Amino acid sequence: MDASWTKLIVAGNTEAVRRALLHLLQGPPFAGLSPGLRSDAEIVLAEVLNNIVEHAYAASAGNIEIRVRRQVGGLACQIRDHGAPMPGLSLPDGAFQPLGAIADLPEGGFGWFLIRNTVEDLQYRREGGANRLSFLLPYEQSKS
Amino acid sequence: MELLAKESGGILIIRATQDRIDAAGAIQFKDRMRDLTQTSAARRVVLDMSNIAFLDSSGLGAVVAVLKALAPDRKLELSGLTPTVQKVFRLTRMDSIFLIHEAMPDGLRHAG
Repeated sequence: MDASWTKLIVAGNTEAVRRALLHLLQGPPFAGLSPGLRSDAEIVLAEVLNNIVEHAYAASAGNIEIRVRRQVGGLACQIRDHGAPMPGLSLPDGAFQPLGAIADLPEGGFGWFLIRNTVEDLQYRREGGANRLSFLLPYEQSKS
Repeated sequence: MELLAKESGGILIIRATQDRIDAAGAIQFKDRMRDLTQTSAARRVVLDMSNIAFLDSSGLGAVVAVLKALAPDRKLELSGLTPTVQKVFRLTRMDSIFLIHEAMPDGLRHAG
């Protein structure tokens, strides 16, 4: 059964994102989830929100709007910001980077891989000067 | 970002006392780890992560950066990964790169 949306507006900086995650994960609709699903939710939301801080708001300041609700099959999440659009107006493919010699190990670029590995129905659109990202965090983790 | 270091039997043990390594603290973590490892000559560095409940990709990148900065002569090992941290290491396959201890080896506890 669909419930009402939990909404939160967060300033586009990493400190505010940290506080928002701590706050969000302690309340509905996250508080009642299994530890595994809460951990997936925290990983995905951290990557999504920090990507917005780092890239969309790299050259400007602004807020991030988060909406989450329980739905059939999972938690529906909608994230909106008013920063720079995704390059090419599409999401990074988040391909897995093969790990080689220690000196060549990647120190970044894990974010979209983690997001795509965990969520379903990932969609992005640019609309009215805003980035809108939506996805479903499934209750049953099919991928791993 | 609080890191406590202690050297014991040629091993530098660093215990993270905060509960997350995330985008807001990754650079500070990296800088502090560099300071602590530079003041020691120990070839093995063990990072006790048992207090870290959450690590994001920035935090993972910082841990990888420390490993790379110590290589090739010195090694960074990890200990006490909590479930969420373990998941991030497993998904990114970084668990195949690091030597990961389930808990601090006997005799190496109580750093700091």
